[in-house]
Amino acid sequence: MSGTLHASKRGGGFLLENVRPEQVFTPEDFTEEHKMIAKTTEDFVVGEVVPQIEKIENQEFDVSRHLLFQAGELGLLGTDVPEKYSGLGLDKISSTLITEKFSRAGAFSLSHGAHVGIGSLPIVFFGNEMQKKKYLPALAIGEKIAAYALTEPSSGSDALGAKTTAVLNEEGTHYILNGEKQWITNSAFADVFIVYAKIDGEHFSAFIVERECEGVTTGAEELKMGIKGSSTRTLLLDQAKVPKENLLGEAGRGHIIAFNILNIGRYKLGAGCVGASKRALELAAAYATERKQFRTEIGQFPAIQEKLGTMTAVIFALESSVYRTGGLFEEKLGILTEREQEDGSKVAAAIAEYAVECSLNKVAGSEILDFVADEAVQIFGGYGYMSEYEIETIYRDSRINRIFEGTNEINRLLIPDTIMKKAMKNELPFLEKAKALQQELLNMMPEEREEKTLAQENALLQNAKKVFLFIAGNSVQKYGSSLEKEQELLMKLANIVNDVYMMESALIRTEKAVAKNGETKEQIKLLCTRVYCQEAMNRTEAAAKESLVHMEEGDTLRTMLGMLRKLTRHTPTDVIQLKRQIASRVLHRKGYPI
Amino acid sequence: MNIYVLMKRTFDTEEKIIIRDGEVDKEGAEFIINPYDEYAIEEAIVLREAHGGEVTVITVGDEDAQKELRTALAMGADKAVLINLEELEGPDHFTISEAISSWLADKDVDIILGGNVAVDDGAGQVASRVAEKLGINQVTTITELTIEDETVKIERDVEGDIEKIETTLPLLVTCQQGLNEPRYPSLPGIMKAKKKPLANVGVNELEMNEKELTAKTKTIDRFLPPPKAKGKILEGDIDQQVNELVHLLKNEAKVI
Repeated sequence: MSGTLHASKRGGGFLLENVRPEQVFTPEDFTEEHKMIAKTTEDFVVGEVVPQIEKIENQEFDVSRHLLFQAGELGLLGTDVPEKYSGLGLDKISSTLITEKFSRAGAFSLSHGAHVGIGSLPIVFFGNEMQKKKYLPALAIGEKIAAYALTEPSSGSDALGAKTTAVLNEEGTHYILNGEKQWITNSAFADVFIVYAKIDGEHFSAFIVERECEGVTTGAEELKMGIKGSSTRTLLLDQAKVPKENLLGEAGRGHIIAFNILNIGRYKLGAGCVGASKRALELAAAYATERKQFRTEIGQFPAIQEKLGTMTAVIFALESSVYRTGGLFEEKLGILTEREQEDGSKVAAAIAEYAVECSLNKVAGSEILDFVADEAVQIFGGYGYMSEYEIETIYRDSRINRIFEGTNEINRLLIPDTIMKKAMKNELPFLEKAKALQQELLNMMPEEREEKTLAQENALLQNAKKVFLFIAGNSVQKYGSSLEKEQELLMKLANIVNDVYMMESALIRTEKAVAKNGETKEQIKLLCTRVYCQEAMNRTEAAAKESLVHMEEGDTLRTMLGMLRKLTRHTPTDVIQLKRQIASRVLHRKGYPI
Repeated sequence: MNIYVLMKRTFDTEEKIIIRDGEVDKEGAEFIINPYDEYAIEEAIVLREAHGGEVTVITVGDEDAQKELRTALAMGADKAVLINLEELEGPDHFTISEAISSWLADKDVDIILGGNVAVDDGAGQVASRVAEKLGINQVTTITELTIEDETVKIERDVEGDIEKIETTLPLLVTCQQGLNEPRYPSLPGIMKAKKKPLANVGVNELEMNEKELTAKTKTIDRFLPPPKAKGKILEGDIDQQVNELVHLLKNEAKVI
């Protein structure tokens, strides 16, 4: 089935092929139902959760648990659970919107996210009929809460190095689990844990472990920098007696579950960061219109406007990228027949296709949120450092996003690695394209730009794709299979891939919107796209240059730098001016102006 | 029980009002169900849950109002009706209430619920006019409602005091804050709303004569209140301040 996918629709394919606008899902494509679902979520969070935030932050977990139950009554826990098991079986865009809107709930959004995402999805995707029937209906309405237990004290990024063991008892009825799982979200009140353990110390496998099982306990609450309102404890398995039927998926195939659930988790993390970034921008914009210094609203100072402009442009690109990825998932999972959806391996393959995009959204989302939260605190000045201001919490809560669900470093390494593997399997025409580029570079003359709107940005995008091919192609040629040791180069390649995806997502979204509504009505999207593309190109150029300098020297280096200059030649856009214009919209709307 | 709700689509209460050429600029604005009408919808659903029957939500507006009708359906109403008066020139509260009454004329009505006022123009006319036209009982600004057979027990808000009233069906009530907590449209509700009937009714489908179609009022102009001027702090000792104040009230504000 996957063999029939056109390269532009393959995960990572965007680097090598151009996609058509109609292939790309954008927030402008939301249906009325999507908007209503978003509004219900927002109203629930603002109306029910926000008034309880102090209690949540004080770890009054009965409040969190009750709110989860209320969310379940509204259907906010059942979107990814099929109707057959009392869920709603909605599309991925709906669940993405819910994740985005839940971010306003601060630490509580993690309780929600861990439950509906990494907690419940392993059973949704990989459970057998009996397991689905037994667990999903209660999980879909919040009667039972789920958690995910992968990390151990000595195995974080190296998840397969887990030490927890599972041994079938003599009677052959139960697996006996022993080990310690660490930093488990929802552990204070979860009823069901997805636990990874090695059968006979060798075969990495997943289990559904109920809190009630003999030998299962949780440790003390961890003291954390942020997300204080979420429960984080150790899960202790001491001769834990887990019924044999609770083995999830096949024995020894736990990594398939772990990695695919992480993929979805990474994607959803990106979606949550969209929401949190918008909130930080909103707080900063509102403050900038109220706070006066030197008898002037600080929002009137260009130094503040520049910050607001940059923040908005990156949020726009991130939002475009997240929903584009949601559209890809939806399409890929949507074409699976009901029977195929029952088959975990088919679902896993569909998710794995977009592993690169998942990692990109995770890395971009967490770093954009960190940047936006940091600048928002800066706009608040000293007040931003005070705990009674919401922005202080957002700043602390943001930091974990770069660490969990795979550190950004691990995710960056995965990006070029996955692309290369796909190239080796002939799923992506990487080598042909790289060769064609070499030829092109020898003869390349600067093209005349068309006067069309976004012509420059389109040219920048095309050239950024070529820069990727140029650097990646040369890296492969130079280092061969030892490229994996050149981690700095891989990180830079990942950064280029990231900027390409975000540039393209923003560009296509804006082009679609302009085609529909005209330029006048879509000014803000045009501005954000132009700012993002210019700055992405600046970063791409710098990363490429540093990479070349590391790889080559002497005349070869000089020739290569010359080629890079050809690829990056353009008259830069005045982003300062554009950011002032963006800022005026942000200040007028007191928040994200789109 | 045949339950009807009168609903209005209004500006989001947090929306900034911009006036352009004597009209409120609707470009890019967020719209919501008038908050008082949300109480009416909630109460209607509660009544149906207790007594059975059907809830029909009616609004007068253009195509865009379908969005708010769908929201009402997602909350749990059974049917929605959109009366479109776009063909008429400047319909006012009178024409709107005539149109609603005309549509309701041949319906078997047990109870009609509306909001106390709309938060945009604050007129509070339409519901009362409908009750008058249909010749049924009406109680405004209610905060509690109990129906036992034909008897209706009501508490209403009278400038902060409570008035207890007993009346009979058929009846029209307007709902005040405190009556209930409107529910959020649930996700299953949202998905079901798509399939519920939403009827579009044009002027020509209503049996209205020329007099009923003609507005009784005309809006001459719309303008925003003048921006609040900067306050002035008077200086000097008390006598000087008093003199200055009297002087300003006489000559600048011209109020004494």
